[in-house]
Amino acid sequence: MEASVRPTVMRYQATLALGLLGLAVIVAMVAFLSMTVGARAIPLDMVWTALTAFDPDSTDHRIIWDLRLPRTLIGLLVGAALGLSGAVLQGATRNPLADTSILGIHAGAAVFVVMGITLFGITQLSIYVWLAFAGAGVAMFVVYGIASIGREGATPVKLALVGAAMTAALTSVVSAVLLMSPTTFDQLRFWQVGSLAGRDMAVLMQVLPFLLAGIVLALATARMLDGLSLGEDVARSLGQNVKISRAIAGLAAVILAGSATAAAGPIAFVGLTVPHVARAVTGPNYRWILPYSMLLAPILLLGADIIGRVVAPPGEVQVGIVTAAIGAPFFIALVRRRKLATL
Amino acid sequence: MTGAKPMTTRHTLAATGMHLAYGTREVVSNLDIAIPPGKLTVIVGANACGKSTMLRGLARLLAPTHGTVLLDGKSIHAMSTREVATILGVLPQSPTAPESIVVADLVGRGRYPHQGWFRRWTAEDDAAVAEALAATDTLELADRPVDELSGGQRQRVWIAMALAQKTDLLLLDEPTTFLDINHQVEVLDLLTDLVRGGRTVVVVLHDLNLACRYADHIVAMKAGRLVAEGRPVEVVTEELVRDVFSMDSRVVVDPISQTPMIVPIGRHHAQARENA
Amino acid sequence: MTTLVEASGISAIRQSLAARRRRVTTLLVVALLAAIAASLYLGDYPVAPDAIVRSLLSPLTGEVNRGVDFIVLNVRLPRTTLAILTGVAFGLSGAIFQTLLRNPLASPDIIGISHGASAAAVICMLVFGITGVGVSLGALAGAMLTAFAIYALAWRGGVTPYRVVLVGIAIAAIMGAIISYLFTRARLQEAQEALAWLVGSLNAANLNDILPLAGALVLLIPATVYLVRSLDVLQLGDDAATALGNRVEPTKLALIVVAVAHAAFATAAAGPVGFVAFVAGPIARALLAGAGGGFLQSALVGAIVMLGSDMVAQHALPATQLPVGVVTGIFGAGFLLWFLAAANRQGRGG
Repeated sequence: MEASVRPTVMRYQATLALGLLGLAVIVAMVAFLSMTVGARAIPLDMVWTALTAFDPDSTDHRIIWDLRLPRTLIGLLVGAALGLSGAVLQGATRNPLADTSILGIHAGAAVFVVMGITLFGITQLSIYVWLAFAGAGVAMFVVYGIASIGREGATPVKLALVGAAMTAALTSVVSAVLLMSPTTFDQLRFWQVGSLAGRDMAVLMQVLPFLLAGIVLALATARMLDGLSLGEDVARSLGQNVKISRAIAGLAAVILAGSATAAAGPIAFVGLTVPHVARAVTGPNYRWILPYSMLLAPILLLGADIIGRVVAPPGEVQVGIVTAAIGAPFFIALVRRRKLATL
Repeated sequence: MTGAKPMTTRHTLAATGMHLAYGTREVVSNLDIAIPPGKLTVIVGANACGKSTMLRGLARLLAPTHGTVLLDGKSIHAMSTREVATILGVLPQSPTAPESIVVADLVGRGRYPHQGWFRRWTAEDDAAVAEALAATDTLELADRPVDELSGGQRQRVWIAMALAQKTDLLLLDEPTTFLDINHQVEVLDLLTDLVRGGRTVVVVLHDLNLACRYADHIVAMKAGRLVAEGRPVEVVTEELVRDVFSMDSRVVVDPISQTPMIVPIGRHHAQARENA
Repeated sequence: MTTLVEASGISAIRQSLAARRRRVTTLLVVALLAAIAASLYLGDYPVAPDAIVRSLLSPLTGEVNRGVDFIVLNVRLPRTTLAILTGVAFGLSGAIFQTLLRNPLASPDIIGISHGASAAAVICMLVFGITGVGVSLGALAGAMLTAFAIYALAWRGGVTPYRVVLVGIAIAAIMGAIISYLFTRARLQEAQEALAWLVGSLNAANLNDILPLAGALVLLIPATVYLVRSLDVLQLGDDAATALGNRVEPTKLALIVVAVAHAAFATAAAGPVGFVAFVAGPIARALLAGAGGGFLQSALVGAIVMLGSDMVAQHALPATQLPVGVVTGIFGAGFLLWFLAAANRQGRGG
């Protein structure tokens, strides 16, 4: 038996590892593409010289360093964060609908941003970042707190219900403010779409530590998620502390989704669907689902951002819209073609 | 219409040239089988041999890609599914219990085919539920939420639901999983009682020895085909076990029931076989 | 035979479950009646309770008091009626979807139906400049078409709950993207008007809103009563339902059609008021605590949430009338959280 199983497993793992490498190459290609494409097309060799031998007098070089590079890096990191947080949340709650937008994180961020605009007249993106981050954290903390009242802790069903309840309540608050304050609505309608445009290095530096910490924490939860996916009882019998596992997974998701929302606004679709795509490729094994989600999501996000830059000149279509427009049909095709593994 | 049928009419169930597939993957190919009426038929085979799929085919839960399933000589898929449900009951492999449903309520859902728009719940339904609960030794659980039961209790409640349907033909897919040995035996005793009472029962089982002991008719499957069928004493041999399960064994006589009893050998006891 | 005794035991259990259902129903009916009374009584223009009753009975008695009749019959009664009808329709729609798809999150405002209605309405308003009844018709068509698209795309020799939910959220994302895009392109004033419709409101409720919905419910409620019996067995899984004699796929389709129609007509009448469909079922089930049933109770909870929220929306802020959709979220969420916390304390939550 062992003799026949070992090579199969190893071949499977080798194939997946190779796939991961392939994805990393695609990510790099998309990243370079993202630096060349825009209102002003910059050839690839110019991108390269800009990165390696910066000349402050060259307009192209300055565009690369001031606009394209931060935008690309934010796209990569936000994408990775969204993919990972979606995968972690779906694994921890065992609900295919679990997503940062359903668990109250986006709504929390939106409420804080709206309050900042309305009450304090804030208009700078760099301050939105902190507001969004704080809102996301507070919302998730409250959701988790309410859901974990009681004997069995934060069960998936309770988390989902409380999260949805919180989302609805906070969205109502946002709607009420927007209806009464047209100026706030005018600001928020652009933030709320989700966009990578106009993000500079300062924004990147603000969220970078959180994104990196979140990514590390999320990747570390793989083993716990594999345990949880077998059901709480099995997880417990495998020596896992279910409550702590869920709390760590929840923390990772909040950090990631909070900082992603802070940097790019609430982008719902990526975190929701990319883990399903990853799962269809890798099978039900979070040690592979997480890295696959982490690489697939930036490809979708940055790819969508590039398309959004060229599809409607002279303007841009925000990345939040393009991801849904491209991702959703692809996702539906996938749902139809394959029998997706249930959670 | 219900319950009024004379018990002398034995319903028959058979399949001819049945192919069953999930998508494009064929699981059962060109299978002919006739379930002997008034007997306990047990289907055995290794994992993934298509035994559950065949049961689903016979139970009209899966439509054959070719061939027909005949209930009382008529194509089962041409009959109204409601009518079939008053003759043929099925316990599928993994039914789901609605959240916080009470045992009596769940078992009562087995009465669904006997009720209609005008005929709602009656004393006859109460009696059928009580009888089913008593038969599965779950009467004292009647007012408990299903969520709170142990795996074994839950399994017996599901069997009770299938029994409450009160059909002459009963098909069960691995009804003894999750059960302690004593409850396994109780369930099989219960099925034997049903057969003695005139019903026809088909059951998929994992445990070969219990299968041999209880089966009037045993059906062995491998890779989607029938390998052997007949009375256990006539068909269960060491060659058959090797063919179906790819395992060496000794077949001895069960000291209790005089039926065949399979004693597996395994790698570490190959020496013993040499010596014997 | 002990069966007789045992059967009476079963019958006793069934009766105690039925008694619990009746208690819950009575409680909800009383609460609804209280809400109706309050809704007719509250308002800027004070009307004495006996004057309200006389005004309500005036079509029978022929007694006329122009001022009071206008307030009661033309302002408060239509609004109250529309709140009840939309609440019932949203409540039933959500409860059917959640039970059929076996997922407490799967209400029409999560799986894309409401998004389809909203996107269609926003397109009507911002692209074609349509207002009034045209927007309602657009929303109705949008909900139906979206539901049809979800069903067709999820169909592969049958529909599974899982596929419907996943396709639904994908469609919801597309519709949401359309709305966001149109919002960023539109003039602020117009976008603001569209936003107001999206929040959902009962302000200016009149017969034109009420009659189509009431007509639809006359057909839909008997259909619902007939169909929900099948959910008793569909809940056990497709195989078990087939085994018990249910024609699974046609039944599912009929249930989806009915649930969508409830949501679509209610949305056309009041806009996509959030969260009523989502919250009605869980609250009803929490009250029933496993006593079975749940659809009548969900409809009642829907009506109470809608009516209660609308009263708050009208009277909470002295100067402004908020749209009801702003309050349903807060009201419904608070309600649900309270129930979850209460259930938790008793140790039988979630």
